[in-house]
Amino acid sequence: MKDAKTALSDLASAQWRLALALTAAMMVVYFGFILLVAFAKPLLGTILVPGLSLGTLLGALTIVSAWVFIWIYVRWANDRYDRTVTSLRGKS
Amino acid sequence: MGVADPVAIGFFFAFIALTLGITYWAARKTRTAEHFYAAGRSVTGLQNGLALAGDYMSAASFLGIAGLVALSGFDGLIYSIGFLVGWPIVMFLIAEPLRNLGRYTFADVVAYRLSQRPVRIAAAFGTLSVVAFYLIAQMVGAGNLIRLMFGLSYELAVAIVGSVMLLYVLFGGMIATTWVQIVKAVLLLGGAFLLALLVLLRFSLNPLKLFAAAAERYGDAVLAPGQLVSNPIDAISLGLALMLGTAGLPHILMRFYTVPDARTARTSVTYATAFIGFFYLLTFVLGFGAMVLVGQDAVRAADSGGNMAAPLLAAAVGGRGFLGFISAVAFATILAVVAGLTLSGAAALSHDLWVSVVRKGDVPEREQLLVARLATILLGVLAIVLGVVFKGQNVAYMVGLAFAIAASANFPALVLSVFWRPFTTRGAQASMIAGTLSALVLIYLSPTIQVSVLGREEAWFPLRNPGLVTIPLAFLVGIAVSLLAPERSADEAFGGLQRRLHLGAD
Repeated sequence: MKDAKTALSDLASAQWRLALALTAAMMVVYFGFILLVAFAKPLLGTILVPGLSLGTLLGALTIVSAWVFIWIYVRWANDRYDRTVTSLRGKS
Repeated sequence: MGVADPVAIGFFFAFIALTLGITYWAARKTRTAEHFYAAGRSVTGLQNGLALAGDYMSAASFLGIAGLVALSGFDGLIYSIGFLVGWPIVMFLIAEPLRNLGRYTFADVVAYRLSQRPVRIAAAFGTLSVVAFYLIAQMVGAGNLIRLMFGLSYELAVAIVGSVMLLYVLFGGMIATTWVQIVKAVLLLGGAFLLALLVLLRFSLNPLKLFAAAAERYGDAVLAPGQLVSNPIDAISLGLALMLGTAGLPHILMRFYTVPDARTARTSVTYATAFIGFFYLLTFVLGFGAMVLVGQDAVRAADSGGNMAAPLLAAAVGGRGFLGFISAVAFATILAVVAGLTLSGAAALSHDLWVSVVRKGDVPEREQLLVARLATILLGVLAIVLGVVFKGQNVAYMVGLAFAIAASANFPALVLSVFWRPFTTRGAQASMIAGTLSALVLIYLSPTIQVSVLGREEAWFPLRNPGLVTIPLAFLVGIAVSLLAPERSADEAFGGLQRRLHLGAD
């Protein structure tokens, strides 16, 4: 057995890397939005189609991006992560 | 407004009857501390997702954000978004570690491989500060709103909210609190959805036609950023506190102990984020709906802060009956949030301070349950007293402050204890105390208190929310103190923590 200990620490660092990357991605999207609100007010006020400003669209997309990031994490965790956890539990 | 409406009172009593019935049922199932704090760990992912949404969506976000959007358009949306983006962080860094490493409070996780007593004292200090400020904000809000909607006196409203909430938590513990949150979340989501639908029916179900109507009446400026974010550093500081504070709110963290395993914890955050995001997207429609169908002047005339925008909109599109329903939903919303807060405060007092610090962990089941209930009574009475004491005060800053303390005191210590091997007892203690104190001191010195509350000309500290300073400070203090004096037992226990974090309890 490629011992359980190495497998566990591999799993731990894979989880940490993904969690950190997705946290960073969420922060970039959200703080990017805030900075645009602060520094590019006229740009965000651009009316794309009647009733829809670029700002409203990006705001709604920020909420959607939170869903997407969570979906990416859950897909990975429910599949790869949980499978490894189950096999590691069996070994020990 | 301001008179007791029979329809609203009818809906309100129906809600009270239903939730007290649930409490009666839950009380008979609450026999151990595990039932009282964690609902016997038998809540499903969907149920916990709804309960998380119920705990999180306060009346402030329903009435406050709808009002903000109605009065200032796009700027109000910035808040809707800020309150959602913390949830992915909860998912990636918090939910699974909590479920696998702790029992009842977040201090269980921080103390997992550290010395129990110093960590728990510091954690209880942070938790109780968050709970106190959040409770004051909710109780004062409750008093004002209920006076506005039902015509009751402020004191009577505070007393009713405090006593009903006390009944839920005292007798039904987490089982009743969870179901009250679920009922409230369904009512709030359903009510907001129905209201948005009634609005959109007038715009051929196309939100863009609604926004266009708002722009036609009040100018394209309502769809563009205005004055709210005039200072970008201020906005980032507030954003950081909202984002990381969500991942440090004790009543939210506690909910992850009610599910059977880490996978269910994950599922519950997915549901919660879906519901909460959907709700905040609805506030776009509600806010602009009130702007167009009620009119900004009418909204401002009913309440200068805009809190009556959603109820007025309900009256405009659905008549008196629907107004009664929405008013009752707002009341239910406040009740549920204070119940969750009180339970998490009681857990810090009884589980962290009494059981682990005073009695050093060896406590029979009966005593744990008794102390938990005494702590609940103490907090319930305190909530009513504070609500009355702060009558007429400007407490709007307190929710932001609660988020800032949660983000500075709880979040850094939690993340470092789980993911950073060299973390030590002293580091955890120092980080939590530095986070709590710096948030308290800096908010006192900020324009939020100095200018808005005390009426001074200027403030010593420039930021309205201290998160940008206090969150990095808590991380730095925790890291520096840990590196200066390593703790071998904590280091050695890290392997065991990792094992349990990923593989769960055996």
